Amino acid sequence: MTDEPLLRVSALSKFYGSRVGCDNVSFELWPGEVLAVVGESGSGKTTLLNCLSTRLLPSSGTAGYRMRDGQFRELYRMSEAERRFLMRTDWGFVHQNPADGLRMTVSAGANVGERLMAVGDRHYGRIRATAVDWLSRVEIDEDRIDDEPRAFSGGMRQRLQIARNLVTGPRLVFMDEPTGGLDVSVQARLLDLLRGLVTDLGLAAIVVTHDLAVARLLSQRMMVMKDGRVVESGLTDRVLDDPRAPYTQLLVSSILQV
Amino acid sequence: MTDIATYNFAYLDEQTKRMIRRAILKGIAIPGYQVPFASREMPMPYGWGTGGVQVTASIIGPNDVLKVIDQGADDTTNAVSIRAFFKKVANVAVTTDTASATIIQTRHRIPEHPLTAGQVLVYQVPIPEPLRFLEPRETETRKMHALEEYGLMHVKLYEDIAKHGRIATTYAYPVKVEGRYVMDPSPTPKFDNPKMHRSPALQLFGAGREKRIYAVPPFTEVVSLDFEDHPFEVQTFDQPCALCAAENVYLDEVILDDHGGHMFVCSDTDHCEKRRADGHRGHLAPETHLASEKMEPAQ
Amino acid sequence: MPTPLVVSDVAKSFTMHLRDGIKLPVIAGVSFSIKAGECTVLGGPSGAGKSSILKMLYGNYAVDEGQIIVMHDDGLIDLATASPRTVLAIRRQTIGYVSQFLRTVPRVSALDVVAEPLVERGEDREIARGKARALLAQLNLPEKLWALPPATFSGGEQQRVNIARGFITEHPILLLDEPTASLDARNRDVVIELIAAKKAADVALLGIFHDHDVRKAVADRVIDVTAFAPGKIAA
Repeated sequence: MTDEPLLRVSALSKFYGSRVGCDNVSFELWPGEVLAVVGESGSGKTTLLNCLSTRLLPSSGTAGYRMRDGQFRELYRMSEAERRFLMRTDWGFVHQNPADGLRMTVSAGANVGERLMAVGDRHYGRIRATAVDWLSRVEIDEDRIDDEPRAFSGGMRQRLQIARNLVTGPRLVFMDEPTGGLDVSVQARLLDLLRGLVTDLGLAAIVVTHDLAVARLLSQRMMVMKDGRVVESGLTDRVLDDPRAPYTQLLVSSILQV
Repeated sequence: MTDIATYNFAYLDEQTKRMIRRAILKGIAIPGYQVPFASREMPMPYGWGTGGVQVTASIIGPNDVLKVIDQGADDTTNAVSIRAFFKKVANVAVTTDTASATIIQTRHRIPEHPLTAGQVLVYQVPIPEPLRFLEPRETETRKMHALEEYGLMHVKLYEDIAKHGRIATTYAYPVKVEGRYVMDPSPTPKFDNPKMHRSPALQLFGAGREKRIYAVPPFTEVVSLDFEDHPFEVQTFDQPCALCAAENVYLDEVILDDHGGHMFVCSDTDHCEKRRADGHRGHLAPETHLASEKMEPAQ
Repeated sequence: MPTPLVVSDVAKSFTMHLRDGIKLPVIAGVSFSIKAGECTVLGGPSGAGKSSILKMLYGNYAVDEGQIIVMHDDGLIDLATASPRTVLAIRRQTIGYVSQFLRTVPRVSALDVVAEPLVERGEDREIARGKARALLAQLNLPEKLWALPPATFSGGEQQRVNIARGFITEHPILLLDEPTASLDARNRDVVIELIAAKKAADVALLGIFHDHDVRKAVADRVIDVTAFAPGKIAA
């Protein structure tokens, strides 16, 4: 356990002209912690995620990330080369639509191996062995290793995307609606898999979702966003069982019971 | 001598040639880097060597001796046409002899005869971007070059091994130039890749449609990409040239009849003819001596 | 006897924003402490706020006023104002909780559901599973169910998985929210044994038991929650 957070976000805002993307968001994330960001479409949660993952530059505010050497670095002052290096080594980004995060026309094995090759692994046998291992960890049969993700089901694609992201042992993973658009049974399998991987690997994760059940299952902490602002935050079960903000109460009361 | 007054020397106007020379100089200064240039319309369609022709037109002088080859041959339509073009618009001497040429414009081969200092090899390039088939966005590929993010190139080689058990890429085989830029050597067979490495000749690459020029200055490191456990290898042929018995050269398959008859002959016609003139004979060489047959009647 | 948990002047109300912001006071002026090696029972009729108190002590409900001082990690921490991260650490190390209902996770076996809190505390997974097996056996859960996810179990079976999950760790404080509600007599007795064992191990227990027999068997002290009924506060 370390006493320093992995990510320190302070007064982060993003404006699109006069429109608010996200406004004055601050929080800290520790290693091994999963933070869910919930809210309806347009609440600014995806803007926040894109700012944090440096896919988008904020209008103001800072975000410090503790590098592997223990030094805090200001994300928005890093060079693009450094940010991209972080992105393919120490970070992962799981897109809602796997096609955005995968190379659909290269094999599953190459999709998993790409990050290894990007950091300089030049041994085919080793890369392939690692790919086989990761495919099995995300429950994809080894004999599918040379198939293109185009031939995969939605759930398999999403699992492949996860393997592709985790192969370099990242410490922080961003997820944008990771179970969106999947059948309920496929969702359950994926959630369980994610839960296990996050625990086993001690990953920190920021999960954007509009699905409160996903948030409850995956996260320990939660931020509720509305109109670009954080209206409530705290322990996930506290926010869901004792919602305080009017908007959170509305969200929680809108869950369909099965 | 034919009159060339109706054209500016070497067809292009002087301002255009200066613009292209600047791009060439920049390319030489940054080996392997693709320099954008304002490619001109040429009196031939894209895909017929407009990039190479513009580069040649910009560097050629009245005292140059030009050789043009297409897939190694001096006698195919493209080679003959371009050679005739420069004869007409620059009134330069032309040749098929590799050793005596000062500028060699090529489509998809490097001559077998070793190039020497002072020679310039001009490649016609259809698609200059080695990352293109894996990453369609130009903005992204440029960023990848700038940041030296070349993992993707190995993804392609990985796919080859996964599918075929070995690196099956046989032409346009990607190389790393001077330890920095990954470059497409144009669709030459990978057999020719080692010839680029530390070549004493200057190598210039022109892509007319894609509007890019790049260069490998003399004595520059050119290394073919590979894996530790699947090292780069050139093609080998299990028989010598059927006409001149040459070994360790690149061979083309020639179909002889409709019954499956075929032979393998040197793709470099100049090399093959020289050897036969020197008395080398392959097992299918005709009885009559070919040495007296000249491709280009002397004028 | 050490006093690992002291509650002073805690108040809780719910503001229902969806119903014109009416304020429902639940409880006020809650003050008590619990001792190691004792089982303290919260008494009072349904709706008196017993469950709410337990949930506040676990950080599951927010606290409006007052302090909840917990002995945690060789120090004293006010759980009512602690950061989420501290609350998580307290849950991991100091306060255990057996809820009324099991929240199931798809595809995780009953055995792993039980072993999980130990694994989270850094125990080796196989050792944790061994302890989980022993507890499930003690609670008479048929062995053929151990490898199955508990989602399809009966109420009583789920409750036993839940109890095993709560009792497997060595938290110094254990909160019990009607752990015996849907159990038969035989398994109620097992729970009584488990509670006695915790007491012997100097664990401070705080529970809600509607079952008179169980309450009589385990309670060292009863706190009447009706004493903490909030005054008539207008919204």
